[in-house]
Amino acid sequence: MKEKRAQDPNDPVLPAVEERELVYGGLEAGLGEVFEVPIGPIHPALKEPIRLTFKVRGERIVGVQVRTGFAHRGIEFMGMRQGRNLIQILYLSERICGICSISHPIAFTQAVERAAGIEVPPRAQYIRVIISELERIHSHLLWAGVAAHELGFDTLLHLTWRVREKVLDILEELTGNRINYAIPIFGGVRRDITPDQYPKVREALRYYRGLLNELLDAFLRDPTVEARTRGVGILEPKEAEELCAVGPTARASGLRKDVRQDRPYLAYPDFEVKAITPEDYGLTPMGDVYDKIVVRLLEVGQSIEIIEKALDNMPDGEITSFPKIPALLAHLKKAEGEGLGWHEAPRGEVIHYVRLVSGEESPLVWKVKAPTYSNLMSWYPMFEDQEVADIPIIAACIDPCICCMDRVYLVRDGKEEILTKEELLRLSWEKTRRMAR
Amino acid sequence: MIFKTLLSQALSRPATNKFPAKYMPRSILGFLAKVQEGKARIHPPVPVPPKFRGKLAYDREKCIGCQLCIRVCPAKVIEFLPEVKKIRIHVARCTFCAQCVDACPTNALSATPEFLLADTDRNSPNLIVE
Ligand code: SF4
Ligand code: SF4
Repeated sequence: MKEKRAQDPNDPVLPAVEERELVYGGLEAGLGEVFEVPIGPIHPALKEPIRLTFKVRGERIVGVQVRTGFAHRGIEFMGMRQGRNLIQILYLSERICGICSISHPIAFTQAVERAAGIEVPPRAQYIRVIISELERIHSHLLWAGVAAHELGFDTLLHLTWRVREKVLDILEELTGNRINYAIPIFGGVRRDITPDQYPKVREALRYYRGLLNELLDAFLRDPTVEARTRGVGILEPKEAEELCAVGPTARASGLRKDVRQDRPYLAYPDFEVKAITPEDYGLTPMGDVYDKIVVRLLEVGQSIEIIEKALDNMPDGEITSFPKIPALLAHLKKAEGEGLGWHEAPRGEVIHYVRLVSGEESPLVWKVKAPTYSNLMSWYPMFEDQEVADIPIIAACIDPCICCMDRVYLVRDGKEEILTKEELLRLSWEKTRRMAR
Repeated sequence: MIFKTLLSQALSRPATNKFPAKYMPRSILGFLAKVQEGKARIHPPVPVPPKFRGKLAYDREKCIGCQLCIRVCPAKVIEFLPEVKKIRIHVARCTFCAQCVDACPTNALSATPEFLLADTDRNSPNLIVE
């Protein structure tokens, strides 16, 4: 286990670098010299386009620049300015992310429900919670597999992804699709969980409960995984707090931060969710990649518990307060006001803001903040003083979702534009005027 | 655990077939013919659950031309035919959200379990429902 940033900051040559350069034969001419290694936007090690420019000295990273904007799709524009009504935008929001495909709709429906004053029946709230916790299981298992793959441990990748199939099957059973569940609608959910489906869900939960210890074993007590992840990509609690990290990235650093706990919504107050940190596994949080594996695997267990509790206490009644679509469309068209919706997605807090004007079918403003956007900054301290070979696992450890995060990027007349302070101010004023309408 | 799983998988056959079957080389089509005669065997497709949202089915008789499905369709899949007051669905663009099915007042639309929709032409008759 190596100490992070142990060297004197005034000393430009790190002792550890010299050591390493002896091991690798050294770059005689370049001893102590800084090279730039650009990675991306399109690169075999990246699953989504982003550009990382590393400054390396020998094998050590001394600096990193992150450039985003390569996967910007203009989804908000499509929603706000192209004559779509809110029901159509709901499915657009589902496609912001392929993995959090219920997190965005949950946040979006909540925002619209608050703006339009729509109540959600309790049973619908429970169904939303169940589906989103199932999604968390699938997303965390997916991430665990990716992490294993980044470490070169492909057996573990295939093993994790094989057991992930079960939760996808259950999601397909409950919603009609393995990805893009299309379950929430304003005022409720679109599909009920019928009594004959309860045993199937319970059976899957038993399967995962039995498996969880084996997974913890395979990941956490494996010497290879431990050697590659302990002390790698450290995010200290203070840094995590200052950089506003969210989700498992923050929790692995020991911050008890979880929207389900801090600002409970839907049926979450009934489950008294507690944010999970490595302390719950008897470890002192270090904020390294190992801790992030711990947190995500423990959260699979937490999700299992929440779903079990939800199934036991499922209230009866309606699943939506607007069973007729024309009535819903008419109500949404009349609605006026603004609303904020939030949800703890598998990667952290996601926020949607909408502003509705009466008489218009599209919202005047729709703003999305995806969790990766908050977590991106934590890459900077994490990469500092790490080895080049650890880049993939550190990049993967915040579970980045680039296409969700790429929200604003200005291209005008075919060229990029850097806005001056005045221009930004002008834009801001224009927006105020637009919103004050 | 890992070792046990590896061992058991080394001994079992792959669970998948080649996909999609209709674009396979000639010899494989011959093989498929044999499958139909019962001389050869492939893995049957995994059954889909009852709520599965697949290719849409359209009951032209029931449709009253209210265009509600067109209003809610997020992918702008459905085309209105004004002369006959009926609709045409371009399945190649469909996102299978089944919102149109929920919206239709006369239950003229329904989602079928069919999901083998791979094709080389987005306007092939297989992908137009009317
Ligand atoms: S299933 Fe969805 S995308 Fe397809 S036609 Fe119906 S509303 Fe449109
Ligand atoms: S909603 Fe139903 S009845 Fe109305 S146009 Fe569509 S298919 Fe026809």
